[in-house]
Amino acid sequence: MSDKDPRNKTSPLIFELSQPGRRGTAVPQPDVPTRPLEELLPASALRQSPPALPEVPEHDAARHFTEISLKNHHVDKGFYPLGSCTMKYNPKVNELTARLPGLVDLHPFQPTSAVQGALRLMWELGEMLNEVAGMDAISLQPAAGAQGEFVGALLFRAYHTANGDPRKKIIIPDSAHGTNPATVIMAGYDVVTLKSNEEGRMDPAALEAVLGDDVAGVMLTNPNTLGKFESDIEMIAKLVHDAGGLMYMDGANLNALMGITRPGDLGYDIVHINLHKTFSTPHGGGGPGAGPVAVKEHLAPFLPVPILVQKGDGSYALDWERPTSIGKVHGFWGNFGVLVRAYTYMRMLGQAGIAETAQAAVLNNAYVSARLGDTYELPYGPGLHESVFSGAFLKQHGVRTLDVAKRLLDFGIHAPTVYFPLIVAEAIMSEPTETETKQELDRFCDAMLQIAEEAANDPEFVKQAPYTTPVRRLDEARANRQPDVRYRAG
Amino acid sequence: MLRTIGASSEDDLFADIPEKLRLKAPLDLPPALSEWEAVRTLQQLAGESRQLICFAGAGYYDHYVPAVVDHLIRRSEFYTAYTPYQAEVSQGTLQSIYEFQSMVCELMGLDVANASMYDGASAMAEAAVMARAIQKKRDKIVVSITANPHYRQVLATYNLGLQMPVEIAPRTASGLTDPDGLRDLVDDKTAAVIVQSPNFYGLIEDFEGAAGIAHDAGALLIAVVDPVSLALLKSPGECGADIAVAEGQPFGIPLSYGGPVLGLFAARQRHIRQMPGRIVGVTEDVDGERGFVLTLQTREQHIRREKATSNICTNQGLCALAATIYLSTLGRDGLRQVAETSAQIAHYAYDRIVGETELEPMFPDAPFFREFALKTKRPAREIIGRGAERGILAGVALSRFPHIDVDDGLLIALTEKRSKDDVELLLDVLKEA
Repeated sequence: MSDKDPRNKTSPLIFELSQPGRRGTAVPQPDVPTRPLEELLPASALRQSPPALPEVPEHDAARHFTEISLKNHHVDKGFYPLGSCTMKYNPKVNELTARLPGLVDLHPFQPTSAVQGALRLMWELGEMLNEVAGMDAISLQPAAGAQGEFVGALLFRAYHTANGDPRKKIIIPDSAHGTNPATVIMAGYDVVTLKSNEEGRMDPAALEAVLGDDVAGVMLTNPNTLGKFESDIEMIAKLVHDAGGLMYMDGANLNALMGITRPGDLGYDIVHINLHKTFSTPHGGGGPGAGPVAVKEHLAPFLPVPILVQKGDGSYALDWERPTSIGKVHGFWGNFGVLVRAYTYMRMLGQAGIAETAQAAVLNNAYVSARLGDTYELPYGPGLHESVFSGAFLKQHGVRTLDVAKRLLDFGIHAPTVYFPLIVAEAIMSEPTETETKQELDRFCDAMLQIAEEAANDPEFVKQAPYTTPVRRLDEARANRQPDVRYRAG
Repeated sequence: MLRTIGASSEDDLFADIPEKLRLKAPLDLPPALSEWEAVRTLQQLAGESRQLICFAGAGYYDHYVPAVVDHLIRRSEFYTAYTPYQAEVSQGTLQSIYEFQSMVCELMGLDVANASMYDGASAMAEAAVMARAIQKKRDKIVVSITANPHYRQVLATYNLGLQMPVEIAPRTASGLTDPDGLRDLVDDKTAAVIVQSPNFYGLIEDFEGAAGIAHDAGALLIAVVDPVSLALLKSPGECGADIAVAEGQPFGIPLSYGGPVLGLFAARQRHIRQMPGRIVGVTEDVDGERGFVLTLQTREQHIRREKATSNICTNQGLCALAATIYLSTLGRDGLRQVAETSAQIAHYAYDRIVGETELEPMFPDAPFFREFALKTKRPAREIIGRGAERGILAGVALSRFPHIDVDDGLLIALTEKRSKDDVELLLDVLKEA
């Protein structure tokens, strides 16, 4: 079945299309008197022959990248119920505004007098994000969620160091994203993993047992990766603060809460916000994103430099004079182009739209949970914006969650996040987002229910899926065994 | 939908959030704009910034981006796709990353490359962290003072928790890393030496010499490069570097006020399992068709958690695609022409400025690629301010970098976009300086 679609063939690499002497875009020759290169650059430093980049005409490149693009699933093609990733529709106008002259062509070292519009945009975006987060100050610099987490963990360190002792440990629940423990280590802390209770939540009593004056703080996603709101959050925050620690919220799941409640009002001191999740900026096949970090006043002095400030005359400037800052995490000011998209989105949602977005996202997930919950188990019940089902019941047929995920691809639907969080066996983590219609949700639910039936009646059929994708199941073990990560001529 | 759910109202769905924690009043945000109103608002903001003829660099260069690059990266298939975790429906992204890695390896002269880092600065910091992991009992990092000061600041931030000893190698009066000073600092505790070429002042450093000094002491060499220069200059790998990183923005990515940009990262085969970030590899599917997958994922945070080599997850995927398309359409000759035109126009401008204005070269004895530093009589910020009034961004003021050993000066960069006419306009501004 794999060759029924003409796209389902191996595409040559761009290198395999290359023919000596072919060229794409013409480049200007210098319009000034030139000298031999050997006079300009030291002979000992010159390379003998140019790097072997492909040699193709522009239309070959255009066809090549178009051809391979067609092998992708993407939001504009179909549903993407990818838990924790918030794959909402990316409004097209954002692509227009991010490319406006006067925004897309600014050099980062232009004098601030010549970039006032860009700075005003960043200022207003920061104000809006602070309002949504219930925080006092913000850095837009982190380039992604994980870098935002890293900034957060370093803020723990800076705050405690200023109080005399950086402390040693950061507590995270066993449901946390993998970036959380990896971040804690990068920031020089030890990880304390706390077992979730039977509701899938952090247990205040268990927390209290591990709190102490060596604990820098807690990183707690909310809603957590099961989609469950941490309903003991007030008590948790009080316990942590009483022990001198700080509360960090991984804001990956803010889409469930915005306009409903605010991290700052829940007792968090720090939150990072994934603009490429909650605020609709496209994922780009893996980035770029942006992970602004918003904090309460007592952490503002430690934020990365430069800090954007508004001066008395209403103009904006970059403040580098922050002696207690953790420094810089990005060579420049962050992923500005992503900020433009998020700004556009927030202005178009406006005051009412922010909360309506969260309500619709939660409603959509409740509907999917209700339709699938009788067939696919929900060990912890439905979540707010996402729910984690278990495919463990399929084991009786010899079918696994992975097989369900692969079979779903045949329906033109991307697989949910699978095998995460780790505390659910055979996890299937589904997040429909607010931008899908009931019809699309029904199509997804129908497909999932059909797959469950197929698994019972013809398990081999499910285990061999997918059938209609450009390639079928790929041998990952082979790729690991003999890593081939680059083309070599000949 | 509520009937299916069995809820009486949408509010019921939020029952897990204690009533007292919920917002009582709407957020203090502006009302919603229609699409036209939003576009007009953004146009107004864009109009408050000024487009200038760009002679600024300092790691970030105003190269021409061929139309085909933006056209192709705007395909929904690319820009609205997620990270390629489901390989069967992500072959477009995966194949393009494999091609990207291949091009980075070819330019860097190294065996393996990852799918991108956030930018050049964080790539350099992650390279230092990787060197520490490779070297096990060594953790000192020696970095040349001629490396980009913002990169060094980012390294310092990444190091706040790890607390590797970081020492700064001095430079000579000619603006190049001092080999004797470097040798003095490199010892049996040193994990890696970091040298940048062309360095922050645009000068071409001796990577081979630095590699010799590092390797003699058992340390690795981390090379930081301007990737455009690699069309003309020996690759870091050929010079003996073990890890090479770069800011990939010059490869088809607009200035966009500093981001999103692109970190390039390459290393030796033997160190692949310590490399941060996503890596794509080749394999076959059950029908024997060639296919691409994310590979060696046991290095990464989503599998390895607290034992991961880095916390990086989302990277700069679409920027890596832009670079891949850019390098494909320019090709072997085109990139060389970009580098050569940039070098020629830069040297022409240098000669004219030194010959016709009162500005003096800061480092007259060392060769440069396409960027150079000048001593100025009045503060460089004033010159830049005056230039901006005339539509020229005359360079970058060195006074804005507190972590270098130069108080002030003007750093000027040229690309293939700059013409003789542009240089005349720059000269008009500088003659008054």
